[in-house]
Amino acid sequence: MAKPAQTILELSCPTPFPEKDTVLLGHGSGGKLSAELVRDVFLPAFDNPALARLDDQAIVQVNGSRIAITTDSFVVKPLFFPGGDIGSLAVHGTVNDLAMGGAQPLFLSVAFIIEEGLSMDVLRRVVESLQRAAASAGVQIVTGDTKVVEKGSGDGLFINTTGIGLLEPDVQMSANHARPGDQILLSGSIGDHGIAILAQREGLQFESTIESDSASLHTLVASMLNVTRSIRCMRDPTRGGLSSTLNEIAARSQVGIELDESSIPVREEVRGVCELLGLDPLYVANEGKLVAIVDPAVAGPVLAAMRGHDLGRQAQIIGAVTASHPGLVTMRTVLGTERVVDMLAGDQLPRIC
Amino acid sequence: MKYIDEYRDARIARGLAKAIANCARHNWVLMEICGGQTHTIMRYGLDELLPRQIELVHGPGCPVCVTPLETIDRAIALALRPEVILVSYGDMLRVPGSDLDLFRAKARGADVRIVYSPTEAVTIARANPDRKVVFLAIGFETTAPANAMAAWQARREGLTNFSMLVSHVLVPPAMRALLTSTQNRVQGLIAPGHVCTVMGYQEYEALVRDFALPVVVGGFEPVDLLEAILMLVKQLEQHEARLENQYVRSVSCQGNLPAQRIMQEVFEIADQKWRGIGPIARSGLRLRPEFAAYDANQVFDLELIVADEPAECISAQVLQGLKKPTDCPVFAMRCTPENPLGAPMVSAEGACAAYYHYRRHTRAS
Repeated sequence: MAKPAQTILELSCPTPFPEKDTVLLGHGSGGKLSAELVRDVFLPAFDNPALARLDDQAIVQVNGSRIAITTDSFVVKPLFFPGGDIGSLAVHGTVNDLAMGGAQPLFLSVAFIIEEGLSMDVLRRVVESLQRAAASAGVQIVTGDTKVVEKGSGDGLFINTTGIGLLEPDVQMSANHARPGDQILLSGSIGDHGIAILAQREGLQFESTIESDSASLHTLVASMLNVTRSIRCMRDPTRGGLSSTLNEIAARSQVGIELDESSIPVREEVRGVCELLGLDPLYVANEGKLVAIVDPAVAGPVLAAMRGHDLGRQAQIIGAVTASHPGLVTMRTVLGTERVVDMLAGDQLPRIC
Repeated sequence: MKYIDEYRDARIARGLAKAIANCARHNWVLMEICGGQTHTIMRYGLDELLPRQIELVHGPGCPVCVTPLETIDRAIALALRPEVILVSYGDMLRVPGSDLDLFRAKARGADVRIVYSPTEAVTIARANPDRKVVFLAIGFETTAPANAMAAWQARREGLTNFSMLVSHVLVPPAMRALLTSTQNRVQGLIAPGHVCTVMGYQEYEALVRDFALPVVVGGFEPVDLLEAILMLVKQLEQHEARLENQYVRSVSCQGNLPAQRIMQEVFEIADQKWRGIGPIARSGLRLRPEFAAYDANQVFDLELIVADEPAECISAQVLQGLKKPTDCPVFAMRCTPENPLGAPMVSAEGACAAYYHYRRHTRAS
């Protein structure tokens, strides 16, 4: 029999934990915890104007030249996945971080942290792929470093790349430049990279293989900048997905962002996996897509330029910047209702049922 | 996507919403039981499409949210033992225990692994004969057959390093407890489609009869839920109380009989504590004595981990549909998914988290 009513009214509630006592995996997710780590630990220690921009790359002046610098570490598992591997990814990721500032990528450094016992054949394949990706992006690998750690202290292979590029004087893009009325352009379907990795890691089989979108975006960026310099901001929505990127822009520019769900391209297979696992493609990583905030007067020509490039064929206008609800991203759903698109605290977790 | 897009069609959804508006002459309070349904309602803003007369309240159907604190504490205590590999569904890792959650236990060196299916836990046990693998087996009737299968498979293979920490809850006893409460406001129920896919819907006949309340088994897509709401409103306006099945493409009257058989072979009904609600008699499942060798509570000396929770958040009222998450003074202020003060804020399917993720602007503006 059921218990009497009063037993149901017992209150219960756990004590909250401060997120600051230990580093958690979520601190590397690109979500709110990552942002807190930067804000509370790194920024106070290293504070300077170039860093304080908090864009994907720093821009510094040296003898009258504008130089973009960025660095990124790659810890992907598995090392090889459909559409790429850790080597090509290490080039694309850093090239893209330079490109998002509008810089022409020139030189890369590569550092390998190798776990003792890694097969030499695997290392060779990664190095060859890295070289191919660099050559195809037109960047040179000009310096490097190697460390080997004891078995169990690494996960096969970690790679860090640092990149340097040159910027033209009139290219001024930053996450705090978005203004009400600006249009939001996305270069193609979202979620491909994250789902390709997940499917490979978990051994999920589908009718067709889902490939990572990993690619160097600097030529797409150049074709957009050829149309106009009135692009306020560009970002590649990697970790944390499109949602985290747009939330960052909304917060940095103190504007609201309104998306239209039906205009955001998601591949059928990616949608299928997301449905199956209870994931939202808005939070899944991309490695070959960019989102641009563009003055409405030039949004049409910029969109046309993107669609004229191989990596932007499916480009769409997915929403607009608004003066209402600053700092918040909202979305008009397929049913015409409105909801918030939040930034996640840590990684997205598959739901139980 | 085939078989899904038609259930998210704006034209059909708006047509159903209009039909509900035309039909509803009185005010009605309806409860969807399952967290997955709450998630859909918030994600698609279905309540925005409904007329004022219809109020949706959100039931206790988030398995992560209602798993008792003691179970989380026990899982963490086990995970911190060096010989143990603790295997869990992903969304359990962020649920706060008394001092830690499983993510923090992992950061302290615990071997915690996420699986998508319980049989993967058996595979891990097979591959690690020198370790003790404990599967955190939680959920409603939906996950019970697969969890039962894991224990059954382990026994068939004679694995001696596999056990389960079981915290299984059952929907009908919880609904009965809720409807018995003197504070109950619920006038119509949307029964959980996934649970009924396994169990069928005969058990809900008794609720309809004893409480003279219409129950409609509902699916999880926007069109499913709107259709279920329309079916409830039609009954209520005509003073009827019947059991109906909206989710016919998945649910049959008798349910999935082989799944029920494996559940009955492995589990038996037991009293169960619900986080945020309290103890409810015969509302859970535990391993049968024949499976004692796979019961982590018996395999390990867990002493007596009993956890008392401070009464601070209003989760009990939220999980009974007495209050909305936004009625809570600390909602989105001190209580957020990063710093949950109560269970419904923890899992994406919890009512408070669903409001936080999808509906914060209604409070901000």
